[in-house]
Amino acid sequence: MNSRLTSPTLRGDTRSPKAAQTRRVARFKGQLGAYLFLLPGAFLFIAFIVWPMLYSLHISFYNWKIVHPEQSVYIGFQNYIDALTDPIFQRSVLNTLLYGLVTVPGQLVFGTLVALLLNDRFPGRAFFRTVYYLPVITSWVIVTSLFEYLFNGQAGLVNFILQSVGLIHAPIRWLADARLVMVPLTLLGIWKGVGWTAVIVLAGLQSIPTQLYEAAAIDGANLRQRLRRITLPLLRSTFVFLVVVLTIGALNVYISGLLIDRAGSLQDEAHFVLTWMDKQTFENFNFGQGAAISYLLTLVVFVVSLIQIRLLQPESDNS
Amino acid sequence: MTATGNHPCLLKAIRYVVLIMGVAIVVVPFLYMLSVSFKLPAYTLELPPRLIPNPITLENYKQVFAQPNMLLYFGNSLFVATISTLSTVAISALMAYAFALMHFTGKNLLFSVLLVGMMIPPVMLIIPQFLVAKELKLLNTLAGLIFVYITMNLSMQTFLLRGVFGNVPRDLLDAALVDGGTQWTLFRRVVLPLSTPGLAVVTIFTFLYSWDEFPWADVAIQDVTKRTLPIAIALFQRPDLTEWGQVFALSIIALIPVLIVYIVFQRYFVTGVAMTGLKG
Repeated sequence: MNSRLTSPTLRGDTRSPKAAQTRRVARFKGQLGAYLFLLPGAFLFIAFIVWPMLYSLHISFYNWKIVHPEQSVYIGFQNYIDALTDPIFQRSVLNTLLYGLVTVPGQLVFGTLVALLLNDRFPGRAFFRTVYYLPVITSWVIVTSLFEYLFNGQAGLVNFILQSVGLIHAPIRWLADARLVMVPLTLLGIWKGVGWTAVIVLAGLQSIPTQLYEAAAIDGANLRQRLRRITLPLLRSTFVFLVVVLTIGALNVYISGLLIDRAGSLQDEAHFVLTWMDKQTFENFNFGQGAAISYLLTLVVFVVSLIQIRLLQPESDNS
Repeated sequence: MTATGNHPCLLKAIRYVVLIMGVAIVVVPFLYMLSVSFKLPAYTLELPPRLIPNPITLENYKQVFAQPNMLLYFGNSLFVATISTLSTVAISALMAYAFALMHFTGKNLLFSVLLVGMMIPPVMLIIPQFLVAKELKLLNTLAGLIFVYITMNLSMQTFLLRGVFGNVPRDLLDAALVDGGTQWTLFRRVVLPLSTPGLAVVTIFTFLYSWDEFPWADVAIQDVTKRTLPIAIALFQRPDLTEWGQVFALSIIALIPVLIVYIVFQRYFVTGVAMTGLKG
């Protein structure tokens, strides 16, 4: 991105000190303009992201007293040790990983399927695309209550259908058991995310040159061969991007777990990492512990993001 | 049915069958939401679960609007989402312009810092943002919501718009500069008008986020009169005595602005997403 908008001052260009100085002033003026463009955003970014992050790191090393912060006691890594050795935290990590292991492949498979089916022009395509995006634009609060209703323990639609087709004989109380509740939670995660995944895969599909398919068709390749030899390999970077973004999203699962927990009578075994952080912080008022848990999660998210950057690097070097 | 896959009619039929099955899975829950919002409380968990309410009633909608402050919540949400969206578009466009088209010391470093903002889990920031907002006296204020909503969107939207602005033809910019245009006029008169689809995508994303946001509002707002709609919807749910008709009536009301924004800006959506290079 070599902009010609400002002329870079050449180093060693000292033939005319006066000219060099004018240039320096001009460059400073140009730079000042750039900083003015950045100023409003930088102010907010520092006040509400950078400062909070440092603040959070600070309190994660304290037994933080929310009412009298000056009485907080420095305890080193104790919050982190306590968090990691806490069986409820360990369980919340397992739950979150399970959630990711189900929802990430689920969204990928169904999202790719929908994208492949919507890739060609055919009557009704715009309608289908709009409908599949509906859960994406609906808020987590609404879709969570919707799934709570559908998975109601007595007369929910899901129980009704399962009983009608004879799969179960008595209604299942989905929302009252720490293991069973993972079923509506993971299905909700997939249901809400398929539309977004499909849009991203569609964008990837449309960047594949059609000549490749034409050439393959001339060579007599059938549908499955074209899919395996052209489409999927060329979507590699799209899939890497999706796996990473969906994994980060799954690690951050929060609202659905929180609301189902509030509405029902679940025990601590049903927590995700972030719902447990929420409870430790705002119900048990253990701010230091909550901060430590969120830093542990951030660390994992950073590692996942770095893996993405590494995996996408050779791809972008070629282009 | 052999494995050659060369039966166009059969393939088309399969395509429609699969797509319609998918649509059913997506739409049936929404239809039930609509249906229950028109059912009397006694029928919300009837067996069998009927899709067409009998009798049909507007009672839930009346009840929702009869709640004290409900119009206020709607107004709060609209105010917060509108101001957050306009400010985010303006502020991130300014930053994106600097990062895409201007030269300054520390550009790469600052841009990397900005990108880190995209990797931080938003909920992770809730505790420290709560403490910071407390110090700045922003707890229990709509301004506290707006500042955080703008900031949480800045990294992503600046990143997207930088990609969009980078595609503005250089010759056009150089020509405008030669004609004596300043960076500000270039930004206003050349770059922004040429980036409408990209700005539309940013508008959709930011509006949806600010309208739907729950975790921060849940923590930052305790004052009843400052609540936004997501908080109100969540509060309708109580263990074992949820009034489903009212929950869904309110949900439908909350969905209407989202649908309007989505439908109005949708024609920009596909080109816009392509322009931003979102797919990574």
